[in-house]
Amino acid sequence: MILYGKNGTQDSLVYENVRVVDPTQGIDEALTVRVEQGVIAAVEPAAAPANGKVLAPAFVDPHVHLRTPGREDEEDLASGTRAAAAGGYCAILAMPNTDPVVDSASVLGSLAEQAEREAEIPVGFLASITKGQQGAELTEMVELAERGAAGFTDDGRPVVAPGLLRRALQYSAAAGRPVAVHCEEPTLSRGGHVHEGVVSAELGFGGYPSVAESVMVARDLALAGYEERPLHLLHLSARESVDELRRARAAGVPATAEVTPHHLCLTDDAVRSLDPNVKMNPPLRASEDRAALIEALLDGTIEAIATDHAPHAREEKEVPFEEAPFGVTGLETSFAALYTQLVGPGVVPLATLLERLSAGPARIYGLDVPTVQVGARANLVLLDLDAVWHVDEGSFRSKSANSWLLGSKLHGRVVQTVAAGKVVYTS
Amino acid sequence: MADVRPLLRTELLPPKSSARRHLISIADLTREDVERLLALSRTFARSLERDVKKLPTLRGRTVVNLFFESSTRTSSSFELAAKRLSADVMSIKSSGSAVEKGESLKDTLLTIGAYDPDVVVIRHAHIGAPHLAARYTPAHVVNAGDGKHQHPTQALLDLYTLDEELGGIEGLHVAIVGDVLHSRVARSNVQALVLMGARVTLVGPPALIPRGIETLGCEVSHDIRSIADADVVYVLRMQRERMLEGANYVPSLREYTARWGVTPDRLRPGQKVMHPGPMNRGVEIDAAVADSPESLVERQVRSGLVVRMAVLYDLLTQGPVEIKVAEIEEVA
Repeated sequence: MILYGKNGTQDSLVYENVRVVDPTQGIDEALTVRVEQGVIAAVEPAAAPANGKVLAPAFVDPHVHLRTPGREDEEDLASGTRAAAAGGYCAILAMPNTDPVVDSASVLGSLAEQAEREAEIPVGFLASITKGQQGAELTEMVELAERGAAGFTDDGRPVVAPGLLRRALQYSAAAGRPVAVHCEEPTLSRGGHVHEGVVSAELGFGGYPSVAESVMVARDLALAGYEERPLHLLHLSARESVDELRRARAAGVPATAEVTPHHLCLTDDAVRSLDPNVKMNPPLRASEDRAALIEALLDGTIEAIATDHAPHAREEKEVPFEEAPFGVTGLETSFAALYTQLVGPGVVPLATLLERLSAGPARIYGLDVPTVQVGARANLVLLDLDAVWHVDEGSFRSKSANSWLLGSKLHGRVVQTVAAGKVVYTS
Repeated sequence: MADVRPLLRTELLPPKSSARRHLISIADLTREDVERLLALSRTFARSLERDVKKLPTLRGRTVVNLFFESSTRTSSSFELAAKRLSADVMSIKSSGSAVEKGESLKDTLLTIGAYDPDVVVIRHAHIGAPHLAARYTPAHVVNAGDGKHQHPTQALLDLYTLDEELGGIEGLHVAIVGDVLHSRVARSNVQALVLMGARVTLVGPPALIPRGIETLGCEVSHDIRSIADADVVYVLRMQRERMLEGANYVPSLREYTARWGVTPDRLRPGQKVMHPGPMNRGVEIDAAVADSPESLVERQVRSGLVVRMAVLYDLLTQGPVEIKVAEIEEVA
C-alpha cells in the first residue's frame, strides 16, 4: 500500500444523464452512472440528453508540497487534502523536502499514520534519494519502499553528482519504486530568479537559463538509459528539455515527465508585474518553451500534469520579488486554469487534459488508474464547464494563498469529487 | 498543433483602476513625460540661480526617504530637492532603524504610512521593493534604485545633463561601457536614451552584457574600440559588491582594465565622458579621463538636484503642468 487516508464511509450515488468523458476507455457520451457503497455499480445509457455536467475519472497530482512536518502553518495533511479534494483530486503524492526530510522509515511511518487520521483523500509520500537531501549518502530505499514510499526524489534540489544518481537508479531496482529528479545544474542557475532572456535582461534579474535544466535532463536521461531504470522528470519548463526527453524516449529510455499548469499557461512576460506569486523554480520561460510544453502534452511525450503546489506563508511572499521564495499554490485551480487557457481556445482537447490530470500521473507511480467502469472503486470528478468564477484569497481551502491566479476569472469548476468511494468535496 | 497564442497574464486579471502616479521605471514613461520633466528641471535650475533658493511650492507636503542601501549622491540630492521645495523631509536609513531588528519592508512602510507621507522615495537592494512600496503606502513612490533593475532619476538627470551640454538628445550616439549586467543605471539609461531618439551601444566583457538586452533597442559590442564613434562615453562602475563570488565574469580586474578601461588614448578629442559615480579610478576609468574638461561627472551631480525637484513637483501636482518662472514665488 502506498496511499494513506482516513477510512471513510463508502457512499452510494447516482449521476443521472451526465456527459461522461473517460479517456481510459475513449468514452465521451451521455450516461447514467450509479455508485453503490463506493464502487461503480452501473454505467447505463442516459434516459435523457446530458444535463451539462461532465463526469470524469478524478485527478491524481504527482507533485504536492504538504509542508508537513515542519511548516504546518503553511499547509498540513488535512488542509492540503481538502484543497486537493476541491480541485477534483482523488489522490496526491507529497514531496519529502520537509523538516525533517522524509529520509527514514520512522519519519515516513509517522506521516502515514498521521494521514490515516487526517487526510481527506488518499496521500502517497515520496522519500528522499539522499539523507537530508544533502546529496551525499543514499537513503535506505528498500526499507522506505517497504514502509510505503511511493518513489524517491530530492525535489527542490538536483542530485548534483552523476555517480550518486547512478547508484540511486541502480538501487531503485531493489526498492521497486521509481526515482524522480529535479533537473537543475546549480552553477548555471546560481543567482537566478527568473528565466534568462529578454525579460531578465530588461528587468535586471539574475538569469536562470533553460540550459541549467536541459543539461541535467540530458545527463539524467543518459544515466537512466544506461541503467535501464525508470526515471521521472519533475516539472519540465524548457523546450530543450522536451527535445532531450523526446529523443531519449524514442531511443527506448524508460523516462516519464510532468509539467505544471503555470508553465502551460504563462510565460516570463508575467514577471514584468514583479508579483512574487509568479516566482517559481523552474521559472516561467519564453513563449517557445510554453509552446513546446503544450506540444509535448498533446503528443504524450509529457504524460502528466503536476501542480507543484508549494504553499508559502503570506509574510514570505509579501516582500520584494527578488527576496521572495520560489513556489506557488495550484491544487484548487489546476483544472479551471487549464480548461480556461488550453481547452477553451481549442489548443488541447478536453479528453487529453483529463487524461494528463489522471491516468497519466497514476501510471507513472503505479497507482490505480481512476476509471468510470463497473466494478471500479469510485474515483470521480463532476465538472461544470460553463461555470465562471473568480479566484480570490478567501476561497482557498489551502492554508496558503500564494496563487498566480489571484483575481483571475476562470471557466470550468469542480462540482463534486469522489475519492476512494467517498464524496470528499461538493461545491 | 494549434497555434499557441502567447498569453498575457493581464488578460486573466480584472482591469486596474487608474493608478496613483509613481516613478518606478523609465519603461513607464512616455517621451512627453520625459520632455515635461526636463522642462520642469530647467525651470527649477533657473530658480536656483537666485540668492534665496527655497521655493514654497511643496510647503506642508511630506517626503520620506527610505534608504535601505548605502548612498551619498542620491539620498543627499533627494533630501535637498525636497527641502528646496519647502517639503518636510524625513530620511530613514536601514542602519540604526527597526530594519536592523528584523522589521519587514511591509511593516516599515505601514509605520511610515501612519505619518501620511505624500511621497516615499525608496532605495533597496532587491528588485521589486518599490512595487511593494506602492502596494503598502498611499503615497507616490519614487524609485531611487532597486537592485539591478532601475534607477529612473539617474537616467533623467543624465538626459538633462546631455540636453544642457550638447543641446539635445535626438540623434546622439552614446556608448555605455562596462558592467551592464549589474547596473540599474545602464538599464534605465538605455531605455531613456532610446526613448529620446539617441543611438546606444553597450560595450563590455561578454559575461557582463546580459543576453537579450538588444531588445531594448541598443547595439552590443565586446570591443572597446567601438566607443570611438560615440559622441558620449558613459562609463559604468565595476560593481564588485554585486558580483557572486567565484562567478568569473572576468578573469581579473587587471585584465578588465587592460581591455575595457576608459583611458585617454581610447578617447578622441571632444568626446564627452559621464559616470554615475562612485568611480573606481584606475579600474573602469582612468584618473586623467575623470578629471578632464570633457568629463561631465560633476555636472551630473548638479543636474540631480533640479531633476529630483522636478520629479517631486510633477508627482505632487498631478499630470502635465506648465509653470512659468514668474509663478514660482520665493519664500520671503
